[in-house]
Amino acid sequence: MSTPLEHDYIGLAEKKKIPSSSSSSSSEDGKTFKETELRLGLPGSESPERKPLSGVSLSLFGNLNNNNNVMNHHVHVAGAKRGFSDAIDAKWAFSDAHGSDSDLGKPSALFSPRGSGNVVGKPPLDPKTISTQQGNSINTPASASQSIKESKPLQEKNPQLPATNEHASAPASKAQVVGWPPIRSFRKNTMASNLTKNNDEAEGKPGFGCLYVKVSMDGAPYLRKVDLKTYSNYKELSSALEKMFSCFTIGQCNSPGLPGKDGLSESSLRDLLHGSEYVLTYEDKDGDWMLVGDVPWEMFTDSCRRLRIMKGSEAIGLAPRAVEKSKSQN
Amino acid sequence: MKKAAYSFPEEVLEHVFSFIVSDKDRSSISLVCKSWYEIERWCRRKVFVGNCYAVSPPILIKRFPELRSVTLKGKPHFADFNLVPEGWGGFACPWIRAMAGAYPWLEEIRLKRMVVSDESLEIIAKSFRNFKVLVLSSCEGFTTEGLAAIAANCRNLRELDLRESEVEDLSGRWLSDFPDSYTSLESLNISCLGNEVNLLALERLVSRCPNLKTLRLNRAVPLDRLPNLLRGAPQLAELGTGAYTSEMRPDVFSNLAEAFAGCKQLKTLSGFWDVLPSYLPAVNPICSQLISLNLSYATVQSPDLIKLVSLCEKLQKLWVLDYIEDDGLEVLAASCKDLRELRVFPSDPFGLEPNVALTEQGLVSVSEGCPKLQSVLYFCRQMSNAALNTIARNRPNLTRFRLCIIEPRSPDYLTLQPLDDGFGAIVEHCKDLRRLSLSGLLTDRVFEYIGTYGKKLEMLSVAFAGDSDLGLHHVLSGCDNLRKLEIRDCPFGDKALLANAAKLETMRSLWMSSCSVSFGACKVLGQKMPRLNVEVMDESGPPDSRPESSPVEKLYVYRTVAGPRLDMPGFVWTMDDDSALRIS
Repeated sequence: MSTPLEHDYIGLAEKKKIPSSSSSSSSEDGKTFKETELRLGLPGSESPERKPLSGVSLSLFGNLNNNNNVMNHHVHVAGAKRGFSDAIDAKWAFSDAHGSDSDLGKPSALFSPRGSGNVVGKPPLDPKTISTQQGNSINTPASASQSIKESKPLQEKNPQLPATNEHASAPASKAQVVGWPPIRSFRKNTMASNLTKNNDEAEGKPGFGCLYVKVSMDGAPYLRKVDLKTYSNYKELSSALEKMFSCFTIGQCNSPGLPGKDGLSESSLRDLLHGSEYVLTYEDKDGDWMLVGDVPWEMFTDSCRRLRIMKGSEAIGLAPRAVEKSKSQN
Repeated sequence: MKKAAYSFPEEVLEHVFSFIVSDKDRSSISLVCKSWYEIERWCRRKVFVGNCYAVSPPILIKRFPELRSVTLKGKPHFADFNLVPEGWGGFACPWIRAMAGAYPWLEEIRLKRMVVSDESLEIIAKSFRNFKVLVLSSCEGFTTEGLAAIAANCRNLRELDLRESEVEDLSGRWLSDFPDSYTSLESLNISCLGNEVNLLALERLVSRCPNLKTLRLNRAVPLDRLPNLLRGAPQLAELGTGAYTSEMRPDVFSNLAEAFAGCKQLKTLSGFWDVLPSYLPAVNPICSQLISLNLSYATVQSPDLIKLVSLCEKLQKLWVLDYIEDDGLEVLAASCKDLRELRVFPSDPFGLEPNVALTEQGLVSVSEGCPKLQSVLYFCRQMSNAALNTIARNRPNLTRFRLCIIEPRSPDYLTLQPLDDGFGAIVEHCKDLRRLSLSGLLTDRVFEYIGTYGKKLEMLSVAFAGDSDLGLHHVLSGCDNLRKLEIRDCPFGDKALLANAAKLETMRSLWMSSCSVSFGACKVLGQKMPRLNVEVMDESGPPDSRPESSPVEKLYVYRTVAGPRLDMPGFVWTMDDDSALRIS
């Protein structure tokens, strides 16, 4: 029995293969990193060249610059961009239900293996077993424990597996699993602000890095909180946000032209993308709303107070760095 | 005589019942017979609702028409660690509205982990003439505007405690909304507020309230204002300082020391943000009378901590950062023989290497030296079975033991074995253990120990542990008094859950996230157990879009008499027998 995917935080992700089943994936393979990299910017704008590492919140900006690449691709190769709706598509196709919360901190490569279709293949119990269990298990604990003892362990857990993640970010601190160690937000935030105050003496020690900011999305009924310190670059942040907010765009996916879980046709995706463009913005320390992605990651995390996923149409007028002092309509 | 029992007047029974305060006893009384049930419910004044969704406002109000005090808890405990997404629930508004209509004489509202709006606070402020106590613990959703309404309208307010709540701090002006004629404040805790409050208003408020016993300031209150505040309230018993730093000037120091010395009743200290070590000795005059000291935000080194702690011979409760190190804990063990509770928090939980010399040895020392130690919360980076064994044998009177070894699945660092035996020793020797949190490398065996010995265990927290369903089964079938079980990232699945479904009705709640419980099993559980709410949380989409065998992201099961709740956000589904899937 294979290890359930949901325990991926310990780095089992590498074991999974990237699926070749998706026909369109081959179109992706030939692209160079730069070509597939989505640029941050307003619709139609050309963003300046930048280093891959500061590759920017790719997917939330829609695929205007590289439309053809991302249609139908179910494979998320590191560095490839995905439209917001692509992320949704990937989810439905791949039953990416189960990310342990720790996924948020992982490199984006996690998305591909997770989605490979294996995930649904290895259940702890198949439905038949459940129904036969039902009769005796609910009423007769004694016999049930017997049956539990007899069945093989659900999962071979190798205790020697190192718990540290293999992680692309700075070696000084490891990827953070959500909610671990179990320290309350109030304490984390307090200690984190201790560190920023003592930054000069800190010698670059990561310390309490924890920075919860609220994320709202236009049209969504409720907001989310993310810890910016669990990501090391814009890409990770973007992936995580897509995952978090994809459920709000479900309605847009359910238009008649869509065949459902198997994948979206090229034309309908294009419609979606044009219709559901989102732009990621943030409010900085001065209360100004800026586009995400223009400044180095560390500078961003230092100054970001809250995030807002805005409809593209509303973002016209926000330009990187050239922010008017008047606050946005938020 | 038999006849006398029947003609016992209600008033007499009521009077007798008024001496019975514990909830459990009250519950027992109400089960004696129908007439006792009736009498009891009319004279019940205080109610504790451990899970706001286990019951509903109408049910509460119908049964207890004359309440004066209500306590409600909302989100599951793991919400403290951001495992519960925003919008999950725990909304106080429906409760507050209902109570506003039904209990005009309500005096006390205590909420924990609930979402409270400014509107709710305004309703409270205007609806209860005799309102006295408002405690919002780890709550969120309100701003200082809501607080202004409370300040302005609650003439008889005694206690305003915002501990660890997330308040949108728009301005410190709200404090000035307490009218000048208002003098009944006894307890104020604003430690969670981010902005500065109007200091002049604060000083005036403090000095005109003669019964003020508890004052917990926020970080923004500067140290040089503290002496004035203390002089205005020499009767203070509990103080939380603001930022404990200032320009080092001798007059500030002596002023402060004098002010502390003037507080003869001061027994509890907390706060201590941004501590300048040379100011710590200002509290020396009162160390010998302190019973509770919270230095868990004080980033000072071991020698300074030692100097302070060694003077606190009456200390019963110490919360501190791991800067105290093993050496400091040894001094603690030698100096504070009355210690009941110790919490050691990590100063650098996300660093890869230890930054302080704090190991299992510190805890062992304290377990040896402090005979009354009952409650432990300890973050460290290494542990051994031998140490746990020693601790267990030293302190069989432990009632709460929470150990967090920072790296998940860390084995015994000496033998590289799982820590099953160590924790086994804890549950075996500490027969009154009520609360346990596990960490480190653990197999199913530790759960076998827990099921066998943890007969008084009420709350168990498990993370990254176990091998199979057997582990979960041991706990559910063995722990007779289990009320709350929270599990994350363990390979526990359907079998144990379904086999012990009936057990879940005897518990308050079960939380399982990132485990192996399938959607199908959740449906079965929901269908078979109508008095449980089986809630599945999945932020990536409806679980029925995936095969039944797919594991669910998060599962929260709790007993209820109120049926499925109706305020679920889009990522929560209730499994019940109406439809296998109901999307709210």
